[in-house]
Parts: sequence; structure tokens; C-alpha cells
Amino acid sequence: MSAHEEKYEAVIGLEVHAQLLTASKIFCGCSAQFGAPPNTHVCPVCSGMPGVLPVFNRKALELAIRLGLAAHCRIAPRSIFERKNYFYPDLPKGYQISQYQTPLCAGGYIELPGENGDAARVRLVRIHLEEDAGKNIHAPDCSLIDFNRSGVPLVEIVSEPDIRTPQQAGAYLRELRSMVRYLDVSDGNMEEGSFRCDANVSVRPRGAAALGVKTEVKNMNSFRHVEHAIAYEIERQIELLEAGERIMQETRLWDPDRGVTRSMRSKEYAHDYRYFPEPDLPPLIVTPDLVEQIRTEMPELPAARRARYTAELGLTPYEADVLTQERELSDYFEALLPGLDNRKTAANWVMTEVLRAVNESGRPLAEAVPAPAEVGALLKMVEDAAISLNAAKAAFAAMCKSGKGAQATVAELGLLQVSDEAAITAACEQVIAAEADKVAEYRAGRDKLFGFFVGQVMKAMGGKANPKIINEVLRRKLAAN
Amino acid sequence: MTTDACKLTIAQAQHLLRSRELSATELTRACLDRISAVEPRLNAFITICHEQALAQARDAERRLAQGDAPALCGIPLAIKDIYATRGVRTTCASKILENFVPPYDATVIARLRAEGAVFLGKANLDEFAMGSSTENSAFGPTRNPCDLQRVAGGSSGGSAAAVAADECLGALGTDTGGSIREPAAFCGVVGIKPTYSRVSRFGIIAYASSLDQVGPFAKTVRDAAILLRSLAGADPADSTCSTRPVPDYERALNGEVKGLRIGVPKEYFVEGMQPEVEGAVRAALRHYESMGATTVEVSLPHTDYAIAAYYLIATAEASANLERYDGIRYGLRVEADNLTDLYRRSRGRGFGAEVKRRIMLGTFALSTGYYDAYYLKAQKVRTLIKRDFDQAFARCDLIVTPTAPTTAFRLGEKMSDPLQMYLSDIFTISVNLAGLPGMALPCGYDRQGMPIGLQLIGPAFGEETVLRAGDAYERSGAVTRRPTVV
Repeated sequence: MSAHEEKYEAVIGLEVHAQLLTASKIFCGCSAQFGAPPNTHVCPVCSGMPGVLPVFNRKALELAIRLGLAAHCRIAPRSIFERKNYFYPDLPKGYQISQYQTPLCAGGYIELPGENGDAARVRLVRIHLEEDAGKNIHAPDCSLIDFNRSGVPLVEIVSEPDIRTPQQAGAYLRELRSMVRYLDVSDGNMEEGSFRCDANVSVRPRGAAALGVKTEVKNMNSFRHVEHAIAYEIERQIELLEAGERIMQETRLWDPDRGVTRSMRSKEYAHDYRYFPEPDLPPLIVTPDLVEQIRTEMPELPAARRARYTAELGLTPYEADVLTQERELSDYFEALLPGLDNRKTAANWVMTEVLRAVNESGRPLAEAVPAPAEVGALLKMVEDAAISLNAAKAAFAAMCKSGKGAQATVAELGLLQVSDEAAITAACEQVIAAEADKVAEYRAGRDKLFGFFVGQVMKAMGGKANPKIINEVLRRKLAAN
Repeated sequence: MTTDACKLTIAQAQHLLRSRELSATELTRACLDRISAVEPRLNAFITICHEQALAQARDAERRLAQGDAPALCGIPLAIKDIYATRGVRTTCASKILENFVPPYDATVIARLRAEGAVFLGKANLDEFAMGSSTENSAFGPTRNPCDLQRVAGGSSGGSAAAVAADECLGALGTDTGGSIREPAAFCGVVGIKPTYSRVSRFGIIAYASSLDQVGPFAKTVRDAAILLRSLAGADPADSTCSTRPVPDYERALNGEVKGLRIGVPKEYFVEGMQPEVEGAVRAALRHYESMGATTVEVSLPHTDYAIAAYYLIATAEASANLERYDGIRYGLRVEADNLTDLYRRSRGRGFGAEVKRRIMLGTFALSTGYYDAYYLKAQKVRTLIKRDFDQAFARCDLIVTPTAPTTAFRLGEKMSDPLQMYLSDIFTISVNLAGLPGMALPCGYDRQGMPIGLQLIGPAFGEETVLRAGDAYERSGAVTRRPTVV
């Protein structure tokens, strides 16, 4: 802990915007798909033509409630949309339809996985629904606007200032992203902008109750950026305080190239948004029945899976955390399990072999590795001693490339172990006969020579004999005088 | 016959079109001829759709010939230029939309199109429906067909004048604080603002979303009932639109008012109102009594606060609704070196004085530090006004009042005094705040020969009661419609 860290404490709150996985936009029928040619997913409603009206996409409501339930929020039985007014070319109506005084979800918390299982909670202020704006594209001699994103449904997730370190901020974001992906609420893709984060950062002397002046940091496009930007901002604020200067309440942009935050011109954010209830939309009424229906359809969340992996499968908290971060990986792991006795082997396999294959190929899990049933069959062969662990690794590598099944690959590569006791006994007898001197030495007490005999038998059998049986037979034969 | 066809009521024209005594083309041509004759003096239209109207009439003729054509097939109408009409420029009487051609139809336009109605053109209005005289139009004021020196009322002044001058058989307007009823009263025609949510607002250029409502102008109450039936009904594109079934309003017109309890709010006979207006309304009430209705005094105690509440709520909503006119995607753009100046110049040059005044008022009412004192307080007043009506309707079936405190005033008379202008809507504004149906119909003339409008207010979704009472009064012959001067 540096001298600064001993003296000051950071107080961090995060605002995350996550794009909801709906087929169409929140207030019109246009596709919400990312990546289409500019201005091909637009209509009079999402381009703000005169006289048009929004119609709420109920799917967005379900997704937001799903996230709210997962984050232990109170779901408002009645909430309203409001208009947030400001002029910007990418905002076609001149106002964003959002929620202000009555968010759909209030309170709640996100549980962060602790390294030793000591979970930390970050409380939430609210989760509310809103529409996204379009996108300005600045060319050298003009500015262009793409309205494809205009009206795409978002949830804004606002945390309490419960976060104290950049690492915790990263852990919070990873957990939240993992949750939205488990829930199929959002794809959590930061690069495509479907998962965006702003941070409110302030520092105060340790032990102080009052909060320091905060800055809002924007433009962080990865978890790494978030951690770096917050760390930079904490350091900057502490240095200012140490130099006896005041911190300005302002919005700052993270500059990833230079690794610094810079002040945005105050003109751009000094807004009075003049929120007022959206008269074109009726209140959002959420019945207890709807909440219960959504609750019964909720998938298992990462926190619950972590708990189950440690309690039921006997994995360590670290293993449980690695395996559950991505739902796809976790699902893959679970699909391996049926028929296997040794869960630990399966867990290790996924954490090493599977993740390595994914990382090396640079492709998504489903494309990078064979179907879980095939890998399960491979691991079953190891368990049944039909093949060795090393043979299984070789087979796995081949399967990743060829896409062939476990049985076929093992046969093709000739990896099946010989467990025929008669054949192994014959080989053992041959080795004992050929190495009479060594046998004598062994029997005279040089126990270390046992491994030599095993190696000789294995060699004689082309490396495919079952080592367990070799051990048994050799012990018997060498002991028998 | 043909040259006078424009003077027909919709009910009469329906009969003649079906009996083949009159063709849709003859009828449309009669209206277009009339438009050509009187427009130079009236200026009721911003855009006249000569060719499109005749093409629609020819289509209607084919459908009529096949029999079983919908109610409004072949009926020529004027459309307030606040309705988005696909392929026809829609200006809202503003410079900022001077050349805006929507690629979509308002829901009610699509409905009327499907019925085979003929659209003669886009009628003049106060810019963005903000006004009570149609003098706030970027395309010049509309004149009153009963006296060309007087205003037609507003904001739907073009629609009202076009119906009064027989340029069309009926017209569409919108009413946010009286914009159908006041011009109907000033021009001596029938105009009904239905219950809020009765008619879809999709494609109606928004002024104040929680108050705007679509409604028809007509020469008779029966025609208004025929038009309203075609306009009303659920719309998946407007989530505030009611899904209640739409009654056959025409069938409600049985001429019967016996036992009808008419409430007369004491707050609506104020000092300073034109004595002839009060006289005519009181005479109408006596006429109702003679037909078997009873009258009872009721009280709407929060009436005094209605105008203030309205000008906070309506302008607050307008300040947001008009933000989309920014010079970026469509409409007027005045180029500038930077974004802020582009906004300032485009909006500065695009909007007229009254629109700017209301945007500023609404922006102020919503600003931090003022929201509670203005916007929120106004919403509370609105709730009290609604409650006033609920309590009054516990004692009566229908409320009858004057439509406006005076008959049509002279052009320019109130342009320099916005507050005086706002008072023109003193009897109509509460009805919008409460979301109720209200209808204006002629109940006499003043000494200058200017029409006086009676206002019938019903409970929510009480359009049948309003129309039945209006029709009974009209049919009793209490008032004879006088010819216009054009």
C-alpha cells in the first residue's frame, strides 16, 4: 500500500448501459441488429419525423425485469417514461425517452465473487429502461449521422458508490456482464457498444464520512480501460488534494492512447434536461403474475453456479469462478459431466485444454472445440483406463482440427490401451527374463528399479499398455521368487 | 345541380352518389370550382390538391358503381395541414416545414383514404396549432366567410372557413384548447372535439400531446356524426388511443332530449362576455327546456385556473414536441459554421413569434427550480378540473355553455395582446384538460350577423349524448343558417 493509498480512500459508482437483446427497437418495429449499412434500420418513428408516436416493445420490459430480479431489485408495479430534453444531431426527437422519477427497478445489489469465497456486495440505485441515440460520424469536411442505433432498447444500471478500487470496479463489471449474458438480456459486447460504462470517481481521507467532489469519467471501451482510467483518476485527484488544490466537478474523457483523463468542455455537459412525463406512452404496469412468470423462467445465475460447483462438485472457489464467468463455458462444462465420475478431471480439462484451444484458435467456443458429448466420451475413456491422459490430450488436439468423434480419433491414432492381462503378463515375463541382473538388484532392495521395469514393459507394448495393470503384474512377478 | 353540389351536406351527398344522381367527380369538381372562386378572398387552404382530388374522385366513382362503397366514398374533405399526408406537403403553417413532404399518412388519413374519401387540400391553421385566429400562419391569415374583415378563429380556422364557405362537405381539424370549437363557433358550423383517446393521434403533428385531439367540422350535426364514426377507433400505432368499440353515432340521432338533464355552470357566464352571446345561449337553454329537457345549475369551481394551467402544460409539452425541428434531417436549415448557430438560425428563422413565445414559456416551466411551481402545480390543477366535471356530471347528463365569450373579432384586433387572445379559449380549454368530448354548433347571430356558438360538453365517451342533443336542437329549427358573404 502506497503512502497515498494509506491516506486516501476512493469512492466509485458505475453507470452501465446495456443494450437489450430484442429483435426490434424499443418504440418502433425497426431491427435492433448491430452492423447493418448506415440508416437502413430507420423509419419515421426512430428518425423523429413530425407527428409519429412511440409504441413500447414489451419484450424490453421482460428483459429488464429479468435483470432486475437477478440483481435482487424491487420491481415497480407502476413506472412511467419521461422525456430527457437536449439538442444533439444524433438525437432525432430532441429528447430521449427514458425513466427518471420512477425507474422500473430500484434497489438491489450485485454480489462479486471473492478470491477466497468472501463475496462483496455492490448495491444498486436503480435499473431503468431507455432508448439509445444514433451515432455521429465525423468526416474531415462534414458530419454524418447513422440512425440505425436510434431507438435501440437499453437498460441503465446505476450502482451506489460502494466500489473502492479499480480492481473492484473491474470485478463488478465482469460480474454484471456475466449476468446479462447468462440471462440473455444483453450480449454484453463492449466493442460494439452494447455494454458501456461511465464511472463517478471521488476520493476522501480515510475515515472521513463526507464524500469528496466527484468527476464523471467517460469513453472507456473495455474492462481494462475502466480499471486504468479509474486508477489514473484516483491518482490525479489525490495529487490535486495533496497540492492543496480543489477538484472540479466535471465530466472527463479517458484517452486510452495517452493513458490520461481530460476535461470535456463544460458547455457540452451543462444541461438542464427538463425531464417530464412522456405523454405519448401510458404508464408501465407490471403485475405480480408477470413478475412471477419471469421469475420461474430465470436461468441459474453465475453466483448460484459458483456456489453449486464448490458445494456439490467439490471445486475450489477459483475453479468455480473461472468456469462460470462465461455462460457458454459453464454450460459446456456441465454438458461434459453426465457419465463421468471425476468432476475435478472434467473441470481441469475445461480450464486448461478447452480454454487453450479457444484462445489459440481465436474462435468462439462452439467452433473451436468438439461438442461436449465427444469430449465427455474421451474423458470417459480415460476414466475407464481405455486410454491414457496423454493419449486423450493428443486425441483432443486432433479432434479440434478434424472435427471427428472421440471413438474414431482414438482408433485412428491407435491410442487404445491394452488392458489384456495375459498379454501384459507375457510382456512382463519377457522383461524379467531379459533383465535378470536388474531383477536381482531389485530383489536385493533397489526399489527404484521398479520404474525401469514398467518403462521396459511399456516400451515392449508400444506405449499402449494399461500402466495400472503393468504395475500390478510386475509387483506380483518381482515379488514371486 | 352540379354547380351547387358543394353546398350539399354529407348525408345528402351520400344519397345522391349512391342513387347515381351525382357523380363523385361532379361533386369534387364543384368543390374545386368553389375553391377557385373564393380562395383569393378567404385563404382557407395552404395547398390545394386539384389533380389528386380528381383522381381520388374517379376511384371513388368506380367503387360507388360497384355498390357497397364505404360511408365516405367520394365525399370531398378539407384536411387541416397538421395531418401527415403521404406525398402531399404538410407544413403545419410553419416556415420550418414549408417543403416537408411526409412519406407516411396519419392513421385517420389512411382510414379515410381506404374509405375512398376525396382530399381537396390542406387547410390553413395557426402555426403548429398555436393560436385562436389563424393569424399565426406563415401562409397568411384565413378570413371569416361571414365577414372578410374578421378572423375565422383558430387554430383550425382554414377547416372551419372551408366548411362554412362550402368549399368542401366536411373537414378535419384538431383541438388542443378549443381549436375546433372556437373556429366552428366563429364561422357558424358544427365542430366536435371527441374524448381524448377516442381518435388516433398518429401522424398528427404534435402540439401538446396530452391535450391534442382529432375531430371533424361539418355543416350539420349528422354530418359530424358520420365523419366521427369513420375517424374513431383503436390504433396500434398510438398507445394512448382507446380500444373501446366505436358506436354508430348516426343511429344515436333520434331527436329525443326529453328527460335530458342539462347542467349550466355558473362560472361560464362571466363579466365581459358579449351580451348577445349570453342571450343566445340562454335562449338555447330555454329551447331545450321547451323540448322536454331540464336544466340545473352546476359549478366548475376551478375554471378560473384553467387558462393558466393550460398554458403551462401545453407549452411544456410543446417545448419538447418542437425540439425535432432542428434543421438536421428535414425542414428548413439555415447553414452556419457550427452546430449551435445552425440550431439558432434554423429555428430562429423557421418559427413564428407565437411559437417561439410558447417554446420559451414551456422551457421555463420545465426548468430546474421551476418545475414544481409551474408544471407540477398545473398538473394538480388539471386533476382538480377533472374532478369538477366528475362532480358536475353526477347531477347532469350534458353541460351546455357558450363556445367563446365573443363572436369572431376583427383581424389584427388581438394580435398585439396575447393574453386577450388566450381568453378566447376560456370556455373550451377546461374540456381539453379534462379530456372530455365537446361540440360547438350555431345557436344564433349577433347584430353584425356573426355566428354565435353553443358548446355541448359530455362526460368521457359521451359523444352519443352530445351528438343527439346537438342534432335535436338543430332539427328543431331553432336557428336558420344564413348565407355567407363569399
